[in-house]
Amino acid sequence: MSVKKVATNQPEFFQFSDENLNKAKKIINKYPEKKQSSALMPLLFLVQKQNENWIPLVAMKYLAKMLDIPYIQVYEVATFYSMYNLSPVGKYFVQVCTTTPCMISGAGKLVEVCKNKISQNQNELSANKICSWMEVECLGACVNAPMLQINDDYFEDLDKEKTEEIIDMILNDKSPKAGSYKNRKSSEPESGRTTLINLKDA
Amino acid sequence: MPKITVNEKKIEFEEGLTVLQVCELAGAEIPRFCYHEKLSIAGNCRMCLVEIEKSPKPIASCAMPATDGMVVKTNTPFVEKARKGMMEFLLANHPLDCPVCDQGGECDLQDQSLYYGFDHSRFTENKRQVKEKYMGPLIKTEMTRCIHCTRCIRFATEVAGIPELGAIGRGEDMEITTYLEKSMDSELSANVIDLCPVGALTSKPYAFEARPWDLKKTESIDVMDAVGSNIRIDTYGWEVKRVLPKINEDINDEWISDKTRYACDGLLKQRLDTPYIRENGKLIQTSWTKALKKIVKKLNNTKPEEIAGIVGDLVDMESMFIFKEFFNKILTSSNLECRTKKTYLNPKNRMNYIFNSSINGIEQCDLMLLVGTNPRSEATILNARIRKTYVENDIEIFSIGNPGDLTYPYKIIGSNTQVLKEIIDEKHEISDKFKQSKKPIVIIGESALKNDYGEYVFESIKNYLIKNNHITNEWNALNILTQNASRVGAVDLGLYKLNKKDNFPILNKLDTNEFKILYLLGADELRFNKKNEFIIYQGSHGDLGAQIADVILPSPTYTEKDGHFINLEGRIQKAFKASYPPGDAKEDWDIINQLSKALGKTLNINSRKELEERLINSSSIHSKIGEIVKSKVDTNETQEFSFVNSKIEIDFVDYYFSNHIARSSMTMNECRSIKNKLLSTGTKG
Ligand code: SF4
Ligand code: FES
Ligand code: FES
Repeated sequence: MSVKKVATNQPEFFQFSDENLNKAKKIINKYPEKKQSSALMPLLFLVQKQNENWIPLVAMKYLAKMLDIPYIQVYEVATFYSMYNLSPVGKYFVQVCTTTPCMISGAGKLVEVCKNKISQNQNELSANKICSWMEVECLGACVNAPMLQINDDYFEDLDKEKTEEIIDMILNDKSPKAGSYKNRKSSEPESGRTTLINLKDA
Repeated sequence: MPKITVNEKKIEFEEGLTVLQVCELAGAEIPRFCYHEKLSIAGNCRMCLVEIEKSPKPIASCAMPATDGMVVKTNTPFVEKARKGMMEFLLANHPLDCPVCDQGGECDLQDQSLYYGFDHSRFTENKRQVKEKYMGPLIKTEMTRCIHCTRCIRFATEVAGIPELGAIGRGEDMEITTYLEKSMDSELSANVIDLCPVGALTSKPYAFEARPWDLKKTESIDVMDAVGSNIRIDTYGWEVKRVLPKINEDINDEWISDKTRYACDGLLKQRLDTPYIRENGKLIQTSWTKALKKIVKKLNNTKPEEIAGIVGDLVDMESMFIFKEFFNKILTSSNLECRTKKTYLNPKNRMNYIFNSSINGIEQCDLMLLVGTNPRSEATILNARIRKTYVENDIEIFSIGNPGDLTYPYKIIGSNTQVLKEIIDEKHEISDKFKQSKKPIVIIGESALKNDYGEYVFESIKNYLIKNNHITNEWNALNILTQNASRVGAVDLGLYKLNKKDNFPILNKLDTNEFKILYLLGADELRFNKKNEFIIYQGSHGDLGAQIADVILPSPTYTEKDGHFINLEGRIQKAFKASYPPGDAKEDWDIINQLSKALGKTLNINSRKELEERLINSSSIHSKIGEIVKSKVDTNETQEFSFVNSKIEIDFVDYYFSNHIARSSMTMNECRSIKNKLLSTGTKG
C-alpha cells in the first residue's frame, strides 16, 4: 500500500447531520473527562458513513475543533489506518479479499469482474461515479471464500456469474442481497449441519 | 535505594530512572536515536537494545523502567547482533549521500554505523524516495534521510507548543510533515535541526557553507535578548558561520531561539569598517586621527552638562565601565542613560530591576501573573520555561494586558491599572489565590513600566508582595522582564540618571533638545527629533544610530571581543571573542582610551586585561562568573506612590527585527516577512 492519496477536489464544508451529531455526542460521552480525544476513531468512521465512504479534509478540521485537539493529530490517525478513505470511493465501495484461502477458491475471477465492470484500476471511480473497488487482505470470512465486501455487508461463496450479477445491481444503484450465495447459513456446511443438530440457535 | 547490575557492576539508582539512564550512570554508553533527555520517551528506533537477564528478547532500554535487582548487559555478542540488525533496518532505506549531506561529520547515524554498520547492504530492492517538505526559511528538509525517530514532532508539540508537525502514513510510507506544508510558527523552530539525529532536517541558511571539522568553535553568550543563552559560535576565518546552543540547565536548557541562531548573517552585513565624518550633510570616510580631532574640538567647546551619553542594548560591561569612567572623570559629566525608552526604574535595591525568581525557579512556582509583558517575543527561552512549568505542574497563569498566543493557555483579567488596584485591595478573585500561593511569580514587562503609570505598577506590586510575604530570602516573587542584554549590567554600573521628581531626566531633556553633544555607545533604538545636536555614534552597524550621526567610530560586535554581560536574573557571564572586526574597527575601550589621550588626559587603563580586572574588582557581584548573586531583600525600603488610572498596553515587539544585528540579517528579514504574511492573511492555525 502506498501513502493514501488525499483527494485533490475537496468539498468546502462538512457538518454532522442532526442524527449523527447526537451519535457523536454519545460516543464522546463514553470517554472519561480530558480523554475525549480518544473518541476520534469512531467519529472518523461516522464521518465516513455520512459522506459516501470517504473523509474530506474539512471534516478532519471539524473533528479537531470538536475534540479540541490539533488538526495534525486527526490527520495522522486518518492517514495511518487503511480503513479510512481520504478520497471518494463511490457510494458502493467494493473490497475484494485476495488473501490465500480466497485466492485458492478463485478470488482472481472476482477481481477480473471488477476490472471489467467497475474500472480497470483499483481505487478508481466507475464511469457513473457511484462505485469503486480495491483488493484487501483477509476479511475473516475465509470459510465462505471467495468473498467481497460492499460497504458494511459481506457477499460470500461467489463465482464469476454471481459477482457479475451483484456488480451489475450496484452499478444500477440497487442493493443486492448480502450473505452467502450458496444459501448457506453463516458458515455451516453446504449440506446442512452435522453436529449440534438439536440446538436450534447454535 | 534500589540496586541494579550493569555489566557485572553493581550500582544504586533513584527510583523512576530508565535502564538507559542507569546504564549511563554506570558508565556504559548506549547508542540511541529517538531518546532525548528533554523530550518524552518514544521508543521507536530500537537502537538502544540491551540484554536483561530472564528476558528472552533484547529490550529497548530507553523505555524500560529500571527495577531493583535487574541484571543488565550491554556488551555481549547478543546485544551487538541485535543492534547490528537494527542498524541494517535503518540503513536499508537511508540514502548513501553523506558526501553531499550537511549533517556529515556530526551525524549520529554516521557515527553509530561505524560501530554497528555492515560494510555492504543486503537490501537489493529500490530505496524509498520521499518528497522534501517545506518547513519555512530556516529548515531545509531532505526527508528521504529521515529515520522516523519523531524527535522533531515531540519537540514541536511538547517544548515549542505548536502541534504542527506530525507523522502521516505508516510503515514504509510514514512521512514527517507539517500539515499544509507551511513554515513553523515558532521562535524555537530551528532547534529541531539540532535534534534531528540525521541529515533530514538541516539548516537552510547554513546549507553547504562549511564542514563541521573546518570550523573554529568558541563558547560564548548570546545578546539578542536579556536571557543570556549559552551558545557556541562556529567561525570560518572572520565569518561567523553558525550559532548553536550550549547546554545550561539554569538558563536555556538545550535550546536557543531562532533569532539567537540565525541573526548571525547580520554580523557580515552593514558593517562599519572605517570612521566617518558628516560633511555638508553627507557621511564621508575618514581616518581615526581626523575623526577624533573633530570630536575633541567639539568636546572642548561644550560645557559638561550639555553632553550626554546613551548606551545601547548589546553593549558589554567592559565598554560601559570605561564609558562611565570617561564621562565621569574626563568629561566631568554624569549625563549617562541606558534606557532608550521611558521605562520606570528604581535602582535603590538590586532586586528592583532583575528577575528574582530566576529562570530555573520558574519551575517551582504555583501561580503566575504577567503584567504587561509578552514573554514569547521578549524572552523566548524564558517563555519555553513557563510552558514547561505549565505542562508539568498545570499552574494557573493570569495576564494583565493581552499578549496574544503564548503557546500555553492563560487568562486575561484586564488591561488597565484598575485591575491591579483591585487585586492589591483584595477585591479581586485572584487576591485569594495570591494569599494561598506558596510560590507565586509576578512578571512585570517593560510595557507595564511606561512613564506615566510605571511607578504605580512597580511600587504597588512590590508593596503588595511584601505585605503578603512573597518577597523573602527564600522566595522572591518580584520579577522584571528586561528586554536587552546590557540593561541589568548598565544599571549595576550606574549608567542611569534620575532625581526625586523625574525618573528620566535625560530622555526628557533630549525631547526638548537641551543637549549639544550626544555620545551614542551602540544605541540604535533612540527615538527623538534631532535639531542641532552633534552626534557621535560608536558601534558596529550602519543602522539607525549611524544614520543620524555626525561622527562614526566603528567598533566590534559581541562575537568579536571578549566581554561580560549580566542577564535578566542578575547572572554575570563572559562572552568570548570568536572572530575579529572588519577593516579599521577598534575595540570600544581602545577608542575611548585614544579619545582620552587626544583630549590630553588619561584613564590609566592600558590594556583590555587591566580593564577587565578593574571591572571585576569594582563590585563583589562581578567576580562570581556564571552565578546569581542573591540580592539582599530589604522589605523596609519602600517608596511613596499614588494610583494612576491608565490602560496597560503591551508594546508590540518586532521579534525578528529587535536590534541592529537582526535588522541587518537577511534570514531575519525573510522570517519577518513570512510571519507578517501569516498574520495579515489570517491563515494562522
Ligand atoms: S526528521 Fe529527523 S528528527 Fe524528525 S523524525 Fe526524521 S530523523 Fe527524526
Ligand atoms: S482469506 Fe478471504 S476472507 Fe480470509
Ligand atoms: S533510543 Fe530506545 S528505542 Fe530509540
